[in-house]
Amino acid sequence: MSKMIVSDPDRCLACKSCELACAMAHCGAGALAEAAKLGAHPQTRVHVEPCGRFGAAVQCYHCEDAPCTTVCPTEAITRQAPDDPVLLDQETCIGCKYCMLVCPFGAISISSKGKAMIKCDMCIERTSEGAEPACVAACPTGALKFEEINEWLAQRRRRSAEALRAAATTEP
Amino acid sequence: MLKHAQSEGLETVWDRHEKMQPQCGFGQLGLCCRNCAMGPCRIDPFGDGPSEGICGATADIIAARHLVRMIAAGASAHSDHGRDTVHTLKMVAEDENCDYQIRDEAKLRRLAEELDIETEGKSVREIAGAVAEVCAGEFGRQDGKITFTARAPEEQQRRWREHGVVPRGIDREVVEIMHRTNIGVDNDPVNLILQGVRSALADGWGGSMIATDLSDVLFRTPNWIVSYANLGILDPEKVNIIVHGHEPTLSEMIVAATQDPEMIELAESKGAKGINLGGMCCTANEILMRHGVPLAGNFLQQELAIGTGLVDAMIVDVQCIFPSLGKIAQRYHTKFISTSPKAKFPYAEHIEFDESRALDIAKEIVRGAIENMPNRKKTSVNLPEMTKPLVAGFTAENIYIALGGRYRPSYRPLNDAIMAGRLRGVAAVVGCNTPKVKLDYGHIEMTKELLANDVLVATTGCSAIAGAKAGFLCPEAAMEYAGKGIQEVCRAVGIPPVLHLGSCVDNSRILVVLSNMVAEGGLGDSIGDLPAAGAAPEWMSEKAVAIGFYVVASGGFTVLGESFPIEGAKGVYDFVTEGIEEYFGGKFAFEGDPIKAARLMIDHIDVKRADLKLPGPMYEVPYAPKTQTGTTAVA
Repeated sequence: MSKMIVSDPDRCLACKSCELACAMAHCGAGALAEAAKLGAHPQTRVHVEPCGRFGAAVQCYHCEDAPCTTVCPTEAITRQAPDDPVLLDQETCIGCKYCMLVCPFGAISISSKGKAMIKCDMCIERTSEGAEPACVAACPTGALKFEEINEWLAQRRRRSAEALRAAATTEP
Repeated sequence: MLKHAQSEGLETVWDRHEKMQPQCGFGQLGLCCRNCAMGPCRIDPFGDGPSEGICGATADIIAARHLVRMIAAGASAHSDHGRDTVHTLKMVAEDENCDYQIRDEAKLRRLAEELDIETEGKSVREIAGAVAEVCAGEFGRQDGKITFTARAPEEQQRRWREHGVVPRGIDREVVEIMHRTNIGVDNDPVNLILQGVRSALADGWGGSMIATDLSDVLFRTPNWIVSYANLGILDPEKVNIIVHGHEPTLSEMIVAATQDPEMIELAESKGAKGINLGGMCCTANEILMRHGVPLAGNFLQQELAIGTGLVDAMIVDVQCIFPSLGKIAQRYHTKFISTSPKAKFPYAEHIEFDESRALDIAKEIVRGAIENMPNRKKTSVNLPEMTKPLVAGFTAENIYIALGGRYRPSYRPLNDAIMAGRLRGVAAVVGCNTPKVKLDYGHIEMTKELLANDVLVATTGCSAIAGAKAGFLCPEAAMEYAGKGIQEVCRAVGIPPVLHLGSCVDNSRILVVLSNMVAEGGLGDSIGDLPAAGAAPEWMSEKAVAIGFYVVASGGFTVLGESFPIEGAKGVYDFVTEGIEEYFGGKFAFEGDPIKAARLMIDHIDVKRADLKLPGPMYEVPYAPKTQTGTTAVA
């Protein structure tokens, strides 16, 4: 997996734009207003939870050794290739909630239509066309970012190196 | 009570608040704008996204526009209440068989004199008609100034003239806010806020003041009265009626109907031991002040009241009424009755109140409540055994008498007590409840801290009800909570340490009291010079924004429990917390911790004492002055 969605609580204002965008991206309806008028019940896969003064977005982290894939009795949750997201097939899912119980992040919830579970698919349709996941594209403050993992890591290391240097130079 | 509500699966304001978490930061910081259809727009407070709206409005412009629209809404609510009172007075003047009467002729005559109305050879009804006409004119006035602004200290009026905020007409200032905040009109944040100030002044010294004064004329100026507070006032053996909302035109008639022998007889025929009326929110304060009707509770308790299973009817008019009440009433036997053509609710029975048939309609409503009593569901009754005694009914008029005695009524003893340091100062603790703060916690803790430090407290609105429930409104409370200075004053004149001055429109009484203190002499030239401060520790309504601004623009230092939605707009935030003081002598501070907030108020009082060259507190106080206030005289 080469890219991931990174959530920064320091930048999240809890506006829930990501929740709306996620729900819309997964309901097949066109515009938001259209879905609201039709009384459709699009469901979000990303959840903004209270955190600090405002909030933070929580969603599936697409774990490398994902416990949900291991416990699923019908093999509804799978990862096709090493760099792919962890996907849940609603047709195969029986809604036993094992995955919900083992997920350390509370990222898997029950579909409002019942019968199956739902989780973030990292907007695989959008990303395969080169677009960002819907939640990231909707975030007005950059609290959600779609990062190339190696680049993100490199940045983090550089920052830590700078911090080390600063600490060394301020040493009395 | 809340636990009982939860066990019954009742969804209350607290549940909805929790479900709403987290709440949108753009809204909280004041960074979203929906004023035109190019938007909605949002400013990124972190600086990476848009720093201006599509029209080019900066964070300061957006936040200022929204803030003054809040003032417009709040001022409108108070002032429309005032307009209804004027309408009722006009009816009394025109129809001698009207259900309403002039109950305070002396006050009517004083007002007529103040309004330059010739009273010689005129009947009371003719005078009432003339007063109503002049007051009605204040709403549609196009220029000049609102008459009652002349009650403010001259120095304050001078500042208003200097900064161009003398309010012209009550309605005009609101309309001008709506004009200026339309796309592409006023784009100077300070200029916008000054118009907000103008509209707020038109409320405090106009709409609200008219509401208070004409209510006194129509329903009697309150006087000291003893009563009880909290949900425990509900009586399982009586028909329980709660009147909730704001305007005494309705609640006064409900009081009359519940005292009607025919109604009492009907209640007894249904096996009840009588009719028990309780009030909720500000209309409660109106009928408490004038009739001693007990307080059932304040804003956050409205759903819980129905949850007792004992309320046979809840009658509402306008303002602060949860849209959820109808749904909750359906779970019990409670009749939920709306009465105002301006305010209809889901699942409510609407019995429109018409002032020209006021008593008949009130009786119809009360009859419905009585006939509903046998429908109580015994299983869902839960009466919390809690009430507190209280003394209410203080006004700008009778504080003279309370302090000076009937034979030498005067503000002198109050000013003297402050000048000597027996009282460190005075504070107004007012305003709403909010689910963001544990019920009444802000009001109670702040009041305790002020009293312990010899700051006398005046209170109105839901804060007054909080104080009543906490037991602050009885004279004995001075011995329990207050410092030695307040204890001496309370013992000498027999008042409670916290004075209940009425409903939220009655904050106008506080303006008059402060003006009278200035006029009495020895404490400076304007309200801003007084060792005084105000606070709304649990505010939530736009009405509180209007009140806050008229108090600040009248010179008062005001501490709010939560910031206005302006924290993302530094210019606006700095102006209302600092810059505005240069203009009017008052300013805002925002502090969520009620103890810290009380200390900000006390610090301000100490600074004002030092400026007036007054000594420090006469007695030792737990929170000692930071500033050098002369020498502390130790008794």
